[in-house]
Amino acid sequence: MSVVRVVGRSVVVRHVVRAVGELFAVSIIAFAVTGLAPGDVFGEARLERQLSPAAVAAMRSREGLDRPFLARYARWVESVAHGDLGRSVAYGAPIAPLVARRALNSLVLVSASLATTWIIVLPLGVWMAARDRSADGRLLAAGATALIAVPDLLIAIALLLAAAATGVLPTGGARAIDPADAGGLAALGDRLRHLVLPVAALTLIAAPPLARHVRASMLDALRAPYVVAAAARGIPYRRLLWRSALRAAANPLVALFGLSFAALFSASMIVEVVMSWPGLGPMLLDAVRARDEQLVLAGVMLSTVLLLFGNGCADVLLRVVDPRITA
Amino acid sequence: MRPTLGTAIAVGAVYAAVLGAAFLSPYDPAAQHRDHPLAPPTRVHFVDREGRAHLRPFVYAGDREEGDAVPVRFFARGVDEDGSIGSRRLLSVEPPANIFLAGTDELGRDQFSRLLYGGRISLGAGLFAGALALTIGLLLGCAAGFFGRWVDGAVMAASDLFMALPWLYLLLAIRAALPLDVSPGRALASVVLVIGIAGWARPARLVRGVVLSARTRDYVTAAAASGASRARLMLAHVLPEAFSVAITQASILVPQYTLAEITLSFFGLGVGEPTPSWGTMINAMLRQELSAAHWWLAAPAAALVIVSLLYHAVADALHQRPAGALR
Repeated sequence: MSVVRVVGRSVVVRHVVRAVGELFAVSIIAFAVTGLAPGDVFGEARLERQLSPAAVAAMRSREGLDRPFLARYARWVESVAHGDLGRSVAYGAPIAPLVARRALNSLVLVSASLATTWIIVLPLGVWMAARDRSADGRLLAAGATALIAVPDLLIAIALLLAAAATGVLPTGGARAIDPADAGGLAALGDRLRHLVLPVAALTLIAAPPLARHVRASMLDALRAPYVVAAAARGIPYRRLLWRSALRAAANPLVALFGLSFAALFSASMIVEVVMSWPGLGPMLLDAVRARDEQLVLAGVMLSTVLLLFGNGCADVLLRVVDPRITA
Repeated sequence: MRPTLGTAIAVGAVYAAVLGAAFLSPYDPAAQHRDHPLAPPTRVHFVDREGRAHLRPFVYAGDREEGDAVPVRFFARGVDEDGSIGSRRLLSVEPPANIFLAGTDELGRDQFSRLLYGGRISLGAGLFAGALALTIGLLLGCAAGFFGRWVDGAVMAASDLFMALPWLYLLLAIRAALPLDVSPGRALASVVLVIGIAGWARPARLVRGVVLSARTRDYVTAAAASGASRARLMLAHVLPEAFSVAITQASILVPQYTLAEITLSFFGLGVGEPTPSWGTMINAMLRQELSAAHWWLAAPAAALVIVSLLYHAVADALHQRPAGALR
């Protein structure tokens, strides 16, 4: 079965066109919203006594902050076209290189968490569905429900405090060893060690609701007439569970996969800030605090791009898994 | 039988407690007891060191259970810092003894009082933001569903955009448009505004769906055929259906928005010190890294977990009621 044939080029093209349109609209709204904000990055400078108001005004006009809204937007679009993504006034540098590494870090964290979450959730959900009539399955389902009620922020903090108390894992940053100082393997090990805590937090945040959903779809699938009929024909339960029911439950699960990407992405912001992971989240937070208009914009746009990309992938995947969907 | 009434009463009690903070709290939330930084929770005794039981509870004057026994006063007026007579408080003790029911923070501020006043900010913001988002959602959703055509198209396109952004990034982007350093009242108002604006899309979509299906119901068609005006159709027949959706939505949105306020003030973008919010209190707990030695600093986290569990129980009960009625 050729993926390309099933998916069809038009679906991908349509996704891209739609995403570009949405990004364009998001950029205008975000630009307008940040532009409306009273005060700017030089708000602090104005309080400084050594700087005359004229000097501050000169700084503002050098960064183009005194120009009208549409002119600033046009200049921003131009810089996006140049691949700079605008200019951060607080850093005094083009944004693209600043943001690229941050976005990569966020993506690493989110994809690692996505992988661990699904590796845990799929067997767990199936097992909970299979053991639905016994105490252990119900107990685990109740535990998942209780864990859903614990706010993301507190899960992240609890893990951080536990790590700080035991001292087993590093409690912040993405690495302690400079790759220039140590061999590739040591640097890789160091990065992986730093990844453990935030990934564990994100998994703990994302897994409980997903496990419940997997359990629910599996329970639905197990009740389907053809599964009951297969059971009546004497097909072993294990095979029934993993082959018949799981395949039937795959459809909602793939849709769920796309949603889980979005949920993880949003939750990663909290985890990144709490565990000082150098991703998009802390950068955006600093940019908001510093009133760095274009950096805020870049952070919002990039997070939207990543999210749209994830949703697009999930949609394409859905078509691959279920050829009935053609619209 | 689900404990619906019990949870409803418990949630009501929590809101009543934070509303009556001025009466229930032993101290002013900003008052600093500089001689008692990080004091452990004061224990209230009924039995003294000699083993004699007392009808009136009492505390020991010293922080470490030493010193004289000082009886707890009920409904007494305290003396404010400026020497004037304060309002009536449920519990108080004669200085130099103190009654810190949940200990003090690093500035010697009474945590229990801060918890009550902070809950007023956090829970209040959730409630008001939920009301705002639901009002916007109800208006736009009704308009989209009822007028259709370009109104529908515009509202749905806008809601698509708002839902395309990751929730926390969206919150930060809108927060960037509002001033940072303002009085507590204005800060609270802007947080409510941010969350309400960020959150209108989902209720609007749901309400639109309900309105669309309600429009085709027989009784609505019959009312239209017998000459009811559009306004009457909307107000008398369509809106009541939308309201029941809005109530169920409220049980999901209010907890989510309470958490949003806590997250924003955790990030330092909400109501600032010295006005307490659960978010700033949780941040202080993290900053101190004292939590193992000073376990009472985790009180806001514990309060948040309890409130979250209550919210979830209420949402569960509301969701299962219609299904239960059908069965």
